[in-house]
Amino acid sequence: MQDIVNIEQVQQLAEHATSVPFVSTFTIFILAIYVGYYVVWGVTPALHTPLMAVTNALSGIIIVGAMLQTVATGSDPAALQTITPTSLLGAFAVFLASINIFGGFAVTERMLDMFKKKKK
Amino acid sequence: MTAFAQYADWFYLVGSVLFILTLRGLSGPKTAIMGNRYGMIGMTLAILTTFFVAPNPVLGLIIGAMVAGAVIGLHRARTVPMTQMPETVAMMHSLVGLAAVCIAIAAVLHEGIHHDALHRFELFVGCFVGAITFTASVFAYGKLAAKKWAKSVSGAWVKPVQALLFFGMIGFGGVYFVTEDLNAFYAMTGLALAFGFIWIAPIGGGDMPVVVSLLNSFSGWAAAGIGFTLNNPMLIIAGSLVGSSGAILSYVMCNAMNRSLLNVLFGGFGAGAGAAADAGDGKEKTHRSGSADDAAFLMANADSVVIVPGYGLAQARAQNAVKELATVLKEKGVNVRYAIHPVAGRMPGHMNVLLAEADVPYEDVCEMDEINSDFASTDVVLVIGANDVVNPAAKDNPASPIYGMPILEAHRARTVMVIKRSMATGYAGLDNDLFYLDKTMMVFGDAKKVLEDMVKGVTGGGH
Repeated sequence: MQDIVNIEQVQQLAEHATSVPFVSTFTIFILAIYVGYYVVWGVTPALHTPLMAVTNALSGIIIVGAMLQTVATGSDPAALQTITPTSLLGAFAVFLASINIFGGFAVTERMLDMFKKKKK
Repeated sequence: MTAFAQYADWFYLVGSVLFILTLRGLSGPKTAIMGNRYGMIGMTLAILTTFFVAPNPVLGLIIGAMVAGAVIGLHRARTVPMTQMPETVAMMHSLVGLAAVCIAIAAVLHEGIHHDALHRFELFVGCFVGAITFTASVFAYGKLAAKKWAKSVSGAWVKPVQALLFFGMIGFGGVYFVTEDLNAFYAMTGLALAFGFIWIAPIGGGDMPVVVSLLNSFSGWAAAGIGFTLNNPMLIIAGSLVGSSGAILSYVMCNAMNRSLLNVLFGGFGAGAGAAADAGDGKEKTHRSGSADDAAFLMANADSVVIVPGYGLAQARAQNAVKELATVLKEKGVNVRYAIHPVAGRMPGHMNVLLAEADVPYEDVCEMDEINSDFASTDVVLVIGANDVVNPAAKDNPASPIYGMPILEAHRARTVMVIKRSMATGYAGLDNDLFYLDKTMMVFGDAKKVLEDMVKGVTGGGH
């Protein structure tokens, strides 16, 4: 992937981002809130702590945003800079989000095992 | 790569559905494990897809950062004691907040891209929500872990300072929005960070279940905000799911304490109300106390026992002792169940996890609504390390500051036993009439020690 290079792609990504009408992303947002509302009311109160742990892992999805910032840029396609303030900030965010993802899923699994093991 | 990138949104859609199934799975302990796996698959899919979508990703940096994060996260997940889950969860919220700030700043810095008005708006909202989540969660972590630096602040200056920081933050955000001036963006971020601290600092430790739930919600909105700036549907969906989940948990916690969210966030508790009610009746009240042996005898001869655990149980590390007692009582043919108040622990569902860790069977643990109607036909209620959640004043004394709070109706049982260190008051600083009822027997001492003595009393006593 490294060799398919250039600033245009960064630009294209940004343009793609602006080409989607705001109302369609906003629609997704509102509908997702409704889905979340009904699904979460279905969660049994006994599992509210695992719910919080697993939502911690899910908010680690922010890693997608972090990865999109950890990109090489530069005005000259031949000399693409990999270490820029942007890519370092992105990598740091990848690090933080990874703690949440791995830690969140693993601790949820550990708790759910406690609830399960006496189910014989 | 470009060919694949066209289909990226399809993969994100599958990932989003898997995330919804993750939460759906938590409707019961049997389906929850599979749900958690769906979440892992969804996350893996999202990350792999993003590798193909990102223009010129710096693979070394990304993978290195992921591995480092994985090592720390997995280590913490394996070793954290269940009593420390609340502060661990608070810490994880702060990480999401900080990540959102980093991403927003990186996006602002991205050279060669002009941000249009809508984009600038999304950036500044995403950034300050993330910044507030970050510092507020760090403070909540400090309070839950009882760190010295996380001291509560109070005083007349707090609210004006909060207001000043908040409006300053919005102001600088506005300046950035209009002028695209980077310094204004940094100033806004700085003020948001300061606001996060001072926002949580005045809130008492007993309200932390609400605060942790609320920050859970905030971490979701921060992720959704970043999703808007990047126009990534999966970020928006996952963020909204987490956001509504945290909001519902905050609501559940507030209801369980009979308080509004605004009251928790902006009103002090105990300062005025508690003092007024306490001074009330000056008359001497008498309580009856008994030994662990007496209590064991009564329980062994009962038909039904309901155990009401509070956080004091976990503080005394007595979960295993209580499980032991339940086991020996069951062997004597006693029907033993546990009654859990929603705020029994330090976070939603905390007590359930603590009991599950001690191998207490899931079916024996009842929520407040399930069991309240059964108290009247229960022979013995054993209250351990709980106080306000069994205070009958919440039902029948309109002058009490906790009046209206839903309680476990332990006072309706035929006999009540309370294990307590002393007659000291609970978190709300209130006296508890339950302790002075004729049918109540106080057993003083360390919960773990008393429970172990009770086990001996039931098994070896030969009564």
